[in-house]
Amino acid sequence: MKNIPIELSINGQKVSATVEARTSLVDFIRDTLRLTGTHVGCEHGICGACTILLNGDPVRSCCMFAVQANACEITTVEGLAPERGQLSKIQDAFCEKHGLQCGFCTPGMLITCQALINKNPHPSESEIREAISGNLCRCTGYQQIVDAVVYATKEA
Amino acid sequence: MDKKNPYQQFNFIGKHRRAVEHRRFVVGKGNYAGDVLLPGTLHIAIVASPYASAKILKIDASEAMSLPGVQAVITGEELNSAVLPVLPGVDAPAVKRFPLADKITRYSGEWVCVVVATSRAIAEDAAELVQIDYEEMPCVLDPEIAIKNDSHQVHSDAGTNLIFNRQFVWGPVDEDFSKCDHQLSYRVKWARSSTVPIETFALTCNWSDATGILDIWASVQMPKYPEQIANALQLPSNAVRVHYDIDVGGSYGVKRGLKHAILLGYIAKKLGKPVRFIEDRLENMRGGDMQGPDRLFEVTLGFMKDGEITCMKMRALEDIGAYAGRSPLQLGKPVGAICGPYRIKSVAYLAQAVLTNKTPQEAVRGFGQSPTNYALETGVDKVARFLKIDPIQLRKRNLIKHDEFPYLIPSGTRYDSGDYEVVLDKALKEANLEKLILERDKLRAKGLLAGIGVSTCLEPSGGNSSFEPLFNPKNETTTWMESCVVKIDLGGQVTALMATSTSGQAHETLVSTVIGEVLLQEPDTIRVLHADSLNALPSNSPVGSRMAIMLGGAAAGAAKKLKNKLLIIAASQLNVDPANLVFSGRDVHVAQSPDLKISWAELVAIAHRKFHLLPKEMEPGLQEKFVWEVPTGGDLPDEHGRVQMYPCHSFESHVVLVSIDPDTCKAKINRYVCGHDCGVMISPDVVHGMTYGGIAHGIGAALMEKFAYSEEGQFLSGTFMDYLLPSSSEVPAISIVDHCTPSPLTEFGQKGSGEAGYLGSPAAIANAINDALATINTSIDYLPMTPNAIWNAIQKANSLTEQS
Repeated sequence: MKNIPIELSINGQKVSATVEARTSLVDFIRDTLRLTGTHVGCEHGICGACTILLNGDPVRSCCMFAVQANACEITTVEGLAPERGQLSKIQDAFCEKHGLQCGFCTPGMLITCQALINKNPHPSESEIREAISGNLCRCTGYQQIVDAVVYATKEA
Repeated sequence: MDKKNPYQQFNFIGKHRRAVEHRRFVVGKGNYAGDVLLPGTLHIAIVASPYASAKILKIDASEAMSLPGVQAVITGEELNSAVLPVLPGVDAPAVKRFPLADKITRYSGEWVCVVVATSRAIAEDAAELVQIDYEEMPCVLDPEIAIKNDSHQVHSDAGTNLIFNRQFVWGPVDEDFSKCDHQLSYRVKWARSSTVPIETFALTCNWSDATGILDIWASVQMPKYPEQIANALQLPSNAVRVHYDIDVGGSYGVKRGLKHAILLGYIAKKLGKPVRFIEDRLENMRGGDMQGPDRLFEVTLGFMKDGEITCMKMRALEDIGAYAGRSPLQLGKPVGAICGPYRIKSVAYLAQAVLTNKTPQEAVRGFGQSPTNYALETGVDKVARFLKIDPIQLRKRNLIKHDEFPYLIPSGTRYDSGDYEVVLDKALKEANLEKLILERDKLRAKGLLAGIGVSTCLEPSGGNSSFEPLFNPKNETTTWMESCVVKIDLGGQVTALMATSTSGQAHETLVSTVIGEVLLQEPDTIRVLHADSLNALPSNSPVGSRMAIMLGGAAAGAAKKLKNKLLIIAASQLNVDPANLVFSGRDVHVAQSPDLKISWAELVAIAHRKFHLLPKEMEPGLQEKFVWEVPTGGDLPDEHGRVQMYPCHSFESHVVLVSIDPDTCKAKINRYVCGHDCGVMISPDVVHGMTYGGIAHGIGAALMEKFAYSEEGQFLSGTFMDYLLPSSSEVPAISIVDHCTPSPLTEFGQKGSGEAGYLGSPAAIANAINDALATINTSIDYLPMTPNAIWNAIQKANSLTEQS
C-alpha cells in the first residue's frame, strides 16, 4: 500500500506524517495522533459524531482521506477551549444546560454548534435546529442541546 | 415528608447542578472502549453469513492466511469446541448460542469466522479472501408461520421454534367477560427496532500469562457480564476483570456484547496479545445482536357501557430471531404492569416467544414494556371510539385513584404510589387542550389530516429479576442487589466506589449528590470512581430503570453508616448521648449548646490517627459499604405466575398534536407535552434529559425505525440511510410538566426514570395519527407509521369510498 507524506495543522500545532492513501482522516486523528475526542459512529456520513472543523468548515472526518487534509487547518474538540483548564463558551453552555448525556455525539455536536456560532452569533431556535440536524444524538432528544446554544449565544 | 413540597427537606437533592461527568466529555477526554489501544494490539474482521439459513460446507482460509500481517483465522469449529455455549434465559437447553456459527448459519449477518491481523485494514482485506461454500436451506421469517408444527425449524435439536409458551390467567377472566356489556378485539404490531446508540459495541481483551487475568475494556451495560464470560471460557470467575471505568457511549439496554467478549477473550488467550474490535455500523446493526422487540398483539378488552374496562385477554407473540438471550424475558417484565395504570380486574395473558431466521434481540429500554403499553393504549382509544366517549374521559374513568395505593394488580404486583389523574390534568393544562383542539381544526381546515393523541403509561422501576423465575422455573434468582463503598480519607475528603459502568446516566453525579445530602458535604468535592469487576462489590448494573433507587440507596446507606460512626466518635469525645448531637457537615455539636463541638477534621483525625481516642471495639479509619436488595424483592412467583415485579412505578401522560400532509403522507408533530411523575428527582436536569431522549426514541419507534428483512431473509436496513434515527428536524420542542408523588419504598422518595418518555410516546403518537386518520375512516395497526404506511392507509380509505 502506498504511503504518502502529509503536513497539516491540528488545533494550532503543525503535524507531519506519512499515511497510507486509504487511511480515513478520522482514523488518522484517532489512531495515529491519538486525539480520541473525535468519535466514529457510522462511517457513512450520517451521524456526525466525527465532525471536525476543516479550514473553518464543519466536515465529516470519516468521509475524507487523511491525504485530502494535506495543508489544511483542522480543529477538533480538543482544540475548542481557549486555554488549558478552561472551557469555551459553547462547552460551558453544554455543561450548564445538560446538552449531553453519554457524551459520544458531543464532540461532533460541539464542533457543529461552534461552526454555527462563528457564522451566526445569535441564531434563532429554528436556525439552531436546522444547523444540528446533521448530527444524531440518541440521549437528549436535542432539547437541552438547543437550550445550550441559546444560552451560549444570548445577548450579554 | 412534607406532602406539599417534598423537596423542602433537601440541601442538594432536587437542585440544578452540573453533572460531574460532562466536564470530561465536552473537552474530548472521555474514556470510551474505542479509545483503548494497548501496544501490540491485534484487530479483527468478521466474515458474516450472506444467507438467512444455510449449511456451511467448507471454509478455505489459506489465501487469507497468506496475506502479510494476518495472525489467525478462527472458525466456529475451532471456537465452539473450546468454549461453552451461552444458554437462553428460558428453559430451552437445545438452543445453544456460540459467538461463531458452526455447520449451520441461522441469519444473514451471523458471524461465521473471524480474521485476526495486525491492523483492522489488513483484517478486512483478508476477510474478503476467505472462501466459504454454503448450501442454502429454507428459512422462516414470519413468526406466525414459524409457530406452526410444519415450519422450518431454526434449531432442529429444539424440535420447535416456540421457545416459550405460557398461558397465564389472573382472576376470573371468563366470568368477567360474561358480565361485561361489550367486548372489542384487535391486533397491533410493534416493529423490530432498537435503541441504536451512536457508539457501536467496542472492546479490547488482553490476557496475561503472568497474572492469569483476562482484562476487558468494553462498552458494556449488563448484569453478570464477567461471570458469563468466565463460564463460557471455562476460566475461574476471578480470572476475568471487566473495567467499569470505561465511559459507555449510550446503551439504553442493548450494550451486552457477550459473544464479542467470549470471542475476543478466546483469541487474546490463544495468541497472548491484546485484541480489539470496534463494530462498524453494519456489523452493529446486522450481526451485533442488538435488535429489539418485534411483537404481534391480539387483544380483547371487556368493558361496560359507561366505559369501565373490567377484563382483558392479551396474546403477545414475540419474534426473537435466531437465538435467545434474555429476549423472551421481555414478555415477562410487562407482567408487572400488564393493566397499565387502569383498574382492570382480571387478565389472561398468553406469552409466546418464537425463533425465526433473523438477527437475535437484546434488551431494549423498558424491557418489553413500551410495546405492551402501545398495545393497551391503542385499545383504550378503540373503546373510546366504540362508545363515543372522549378518550381522556375514558382514561379518567379507569385510572387508579390516588387513595387506592398500594394497589395490587391481578398479576401480583403492588404499585407503590401515584396520582395519575393529576399528572394527566397537568399535561392537558400545559398543552391547553381547548387551544390545541382549535389548532387541530385549523390544520384540518388547511387540508391536512390532524389528530390529538393521549397516552397514560407506567414505567416500572427499581428493576429486579422476578421475570427470570417466572419464565424459567429452574432459575431461582430472587436476589438483585446493588452496592456502594464510601470512605473519608485522612485528609477528610470523601470518595465513593460504585460497582458498574455508566452509559450516560450521570451516576457519578447521582452518587455524589446523595452522599453530599447525607454527609452535608458539597457534592462537587466528592469523588466517585467506578470499580473493576474484581474489586467491585456485587452489582446488577443500570438495567430496569433502577439506579436512582438502588445505587442512590446504596450510596445513602453507606454514607449514613459513616455519619453514624462520626456521631459515635463525637459522643465519646463530648461525653453526651449521640441522640443529643447535631451533625452539620462542618462539625458535630450538642443540640442546645453549639459551642460544645468537635470539628470534621478532628473527627477524621481520631478515626485515622488517634486510636487512643477511638471508642473501644471501633474499626479504625472511615470506610463503609452498603449492599441491599431491591425493595419488595426476594419472592418466587406463586403457581399462577403471580409475583411482585419491580417495586416502584413512575407515571407519564403524553399529549400530542400531529398533522399529516396528504401529498407526502409524512407525519409532523406540532405539539408535544409530557406530564411526568417519578417521585423525588435527585437530579432534575438528568431526569428531564432522559425523558426528552426517551420521547425522541419513542418518536423513532412510532414513525421511522425498523429493522427490515426481505422475503429471503436478507437484512435491508443496516445503515443510517435505511434505518432512520430521528434528528432535530423530526423531534419537536417538548414541554415536560413535573409532578412528585414520593415512593414510600425508597430512601428519598425517588423512583426510576431511565426509561421515561419512551414508555408512553409511541402509544400517544400512534393514537394521534389514528385520530387524524379516523376523519377519513381509516387507521393503522402497526409501527412504524412511516409515510408509506400512512399512504397505504389513505389508499385503503379512498378505495372503500369509491366502492360505496
